Amino acid sequence: MTRTRRILAASAAVSLLAPAAMAERGADGQLNIIYWQAVSTMNPFLSGGTKEVEAASMVIEPLASYDDGGAIVPRLVTEIPTVSNGGVSPDLTSITWRLKPGVTWSDGTDFTAEDAIFTWRYCTAPDGGCAQSSYFADVESMEAPDPLTLKITFKGPKPFPYTALVGAESPIIQKKQFENCLGARAPECTEANFGPIGTGPFVVKDFRANDVIVLEANPNYREPDKPHFQSVLFKGGGDAASAARSVLETGEFDYAWNLQIEPEVLGQMETAGKGVVKVAFATSVERIHVNLSNPSSALGPDLRSVQVADGANKHPILSDFSVRKALSLAIDREVLTEVGYARTGKPTCNILPGPDIYVSTANDACLAQDIEGARALLDNAGWVPGPDGVRVKDGQRLSLLFQTSTNSVRQSFQALIKQWWAEIGVESELRNISGSVFFGGDPASPDTFQKFYADVQMFTNNFSGVDPEAYMAQWRCADIPTPATQWQGQNIDRFCDPAYDALVAEMARTGKLEDRARLAKAMNDKLMENYVVLPLVYRGGTSAHAKSLDGVRMTDWDSELWNIADWRRVK
Amino acid sequence: MLRFALRRLLVSIPTLLVISFIIFALLDLAPSDPTANLPLTIPPEVREKIRLSLGLGEPFLVRYALWLQQFMINEPLNILEQWTGWTIGDSENRLRVLSWATRSPVVDLIVARLPQTLWVVGMSYVIAVLIAVPIGVISAYRQYSLFDQIGTFVSMLGFSVPTFFTGLLFIMLFSVWLGWLPSIYDTTHVVRDWDSFVFQVRQMLMPTMVLALANASQISRFMRASMLDNLNQDYVRTARAKGMRERTVVLVHVLRNSLIPVVTVIALGVPTIFGGAIITEQIFRVNGIGQLLIVGIESADIPLVQTLTFIFAVLIVLFNLIADLLYGMLDPRIRYD
Repeated sequence: MTRTRRILAASAAVSLLAPAAMAERGADGQLNIIYWQAVSTMNPFLSGGTKEVEAASMVIEPLASYDDGGAIVPRLVTEIPTVSNGGVSPDLTSITWRLKPGVTWSDGTDFTAEDAIFTWRYCTAPDGGCAQSSYFADVESMEAPDPLTLKITFKGPKPFPYTALVGAESPIIQKKQFENCLGARAPECTEANFGPIGTGPFVVKDFRANDVIVLEANPNYREPDKPHFQSVLFKGGGDAASAARSVLETGEFDYAWNLQIEPEVLGQMETAGKGVVKVAFATSVERIHVNLSNPSSALGPDLRSVQVADGANKHPILSDFSVRKALSLAIDREVLTEVGYARTGKPTCNILPGPDIYVSTANDACLAQDIEGARALLDNAGWVPGPDGVRVKDGQRLSLLFQTSTNSVRQSFQALIKQWWAEIGVESELRNISGSVFFGGDPASPDTFQKFYADVQMFTNNFSGVDPEAYMAQWRCADIPTPATQWQGQNIDRFCDPAYDALVAEMARTGKLEDRARLAKAMNDKLMENYVVLPLVYRGGTSAHAKSLDGVRMTDWDSELWNIADWRRVK
Repeated sequence: MLRFALRRLLVSIPTLLVISFIIFALLDLAPSDPTANLPLTIPPEVREKIRLSLGLGEPFLVRYALWLQQFMINEPLNILEQWTGWTIGDSENRLRVLSWATRSPVVDLIVARLPQTLWVVGMSYVIAVLIAVPIGVISAYRQYSLFDQIGTFVSMLGFSVPTFFTGLLFIMLFSVWLGWLPSIYDTTHVVRDWDSFVFQVRQMLMPTMVLALANASQISRFMRASMLDNLNQDYVRTARAKGMRERTVVLVHVLRNSLIPVVTVIALGVPTIFGGAIITEQIFRVNGIGQLLIVGIESADIPLVQTLTFIFAVLIVLFNLIADLLYGMLDPRIRYD
């Protein structure tokens, strides 16, 4: 090795070491983030929108988070309590969290268990309209034996106790700041709602609702060398395509969130070489829900799409198992995924697609399209093609109203599925409804997905966190939406099976993870084998970051910004 | 003139009340739900509680009366208090119009948005007028010349090509390919010195030009038509016969008379400045009043949409009156008393 070469090698080694040596808080300057849906408030309890939850996650933190693998990781606590380490009581009715000592709020005051208890009180105060109150629904009481110990007692056994104060949707707010903002007074505390004091890596410097947030590194953050960025500019507004462009093509921004755009457009932007697209999968499934009750417009409002206990009002076509199965067989999920999502989606045959331990493999046959099989099934069931090719049985035409929300991917899915169904002799009328109406819970509107005044409908649903218990419980008989409950209830398919309800009840009593996984799979399989809901695509969250940004561990289980303190600039 | 103005102002009060009621009723009857955009993971019973906490449990007329009181009485009182520093009544517990999405006073949101809207949309309007008037004058004076043909072509283009197309074209050209101008407007930017001023100009350039093109085409056509009307009038021949210089004939006599209808058109267009440019603001993320309105509509933030549309209504009524008064001042033949 010549002398020059040695010098070069040495200097290369030094330059590799340099970033580590320079690692001090704020050394990497400014981070520019773009969320094309602008953030309305920094208080996730008052909004519930994903954008608000994620923006707030830079400032206020929960006790524990989910990492990119869906594993629970401690944040403000020393360890995750379990039955074996004594943190969870053997009867599963209480959990005791040990808070990390020495954690302070960004204003310098101590973070204690009192703040956590206050957060519970804040979110459950009457008339507050707290959007995350379901996280605290099972909490009987919270107490602090000492400032660093938080004991949560549940109303009954809680096999999965990591709900209250875990994950970005239920972070802890400061008691001192929000003390006078309980209940109906919550909206009046604009200053606190726009600039909550937190324990997180950043503090709000300037908040402009529905526009932009300027944040600065928290001087009291518990890790002295973090965050690496001195400030964050968090811009909102516009549309997904131009947000992607600002990272991938012009390089004006470092991180862009939720880039639901045509896959080929995204791929083309990525070839500009300024950034990379990241996809993270969690629990979102694009699916077709089948209406098992009769949605005929001839029925009155008390009977239309209403499930009647004795089965008198069942769907004239879709109550036939063969029809439901044929509809599923005719769909080519690979093609749908390729057209609508490419690498941001995977074809799926399960309504419960994750975490891995809950994923069933019993239904994977649905991945292959089988037009012939579907035709044979309908033939055997007595559905005979009429003169126009549409099958008829007992004077009932196989004709369906297929509705979804307005969205270009969903409309192309509708067109493809309509064509496949036509091939097996099923006629479908397509309809799309503005998302704000379709997903809006207005009981007066005939067009909501809960009312389901159609035969089949398509949308995406998911569950937060990693525990599927509440999600799978949606298909209980008691959760069927009816006029009596103002159409609330999440059993959109009007599916009712006592054996399924028994599985739900069993899961609520079962603590062992393996057993819970077995039950969740059994429930998933029951739904799949009955073809009451037809899963299509397992959807991932899609974001993009600049190539100069390092440390991004994108997750769809929690806030995408969960580890923003570790993000750094590569030089 | 004063009596006319006062009479018109008094008449506009019931007009505005009717308008506010119609807007409120329309928004209320339209199917919308402030919780519609929340993730589906939030259960229906929680959504119902959110709706109740927003006051949606009250009957329609009660909510309308409450909005009227908040907007017509509480907000002006609040502004008065801020200006004078007085305390009038129980100002602690006086409810202001609160936005549902942000849970903060709507008027504060609007005030925060005004600067960027006035800068970008207002500046584009000023530029449009400055470009349009000379183009209109020359086009008319040299009718069917090459200049007129080009002017007609460009204004037809500006008329017919929508701003969402020109905006994207500009971004592709100047931001993506050439990399000269930022495609995203930074509303937090503060002009301190020469460099920051240059940056402000650069980030304003594209949205301003897109809007100016659209506005200028319209105004220049009005200007041209009005000039053509006047150029053939008898008084123009008289002026020329008197031996006046052509310059004086065109710029003093014809231009002044031709401006009368154009000034009204310009005045009637001023409320649209405050209304913001919904599409252009969205494309360049200027995030002014127009974007605020769109966000409000998308998230079914009724108090925000109601207040904004009502303010637009007030501005339109006001500038109609101003246009009428200007007309009377510019044209001595028109007298209102």
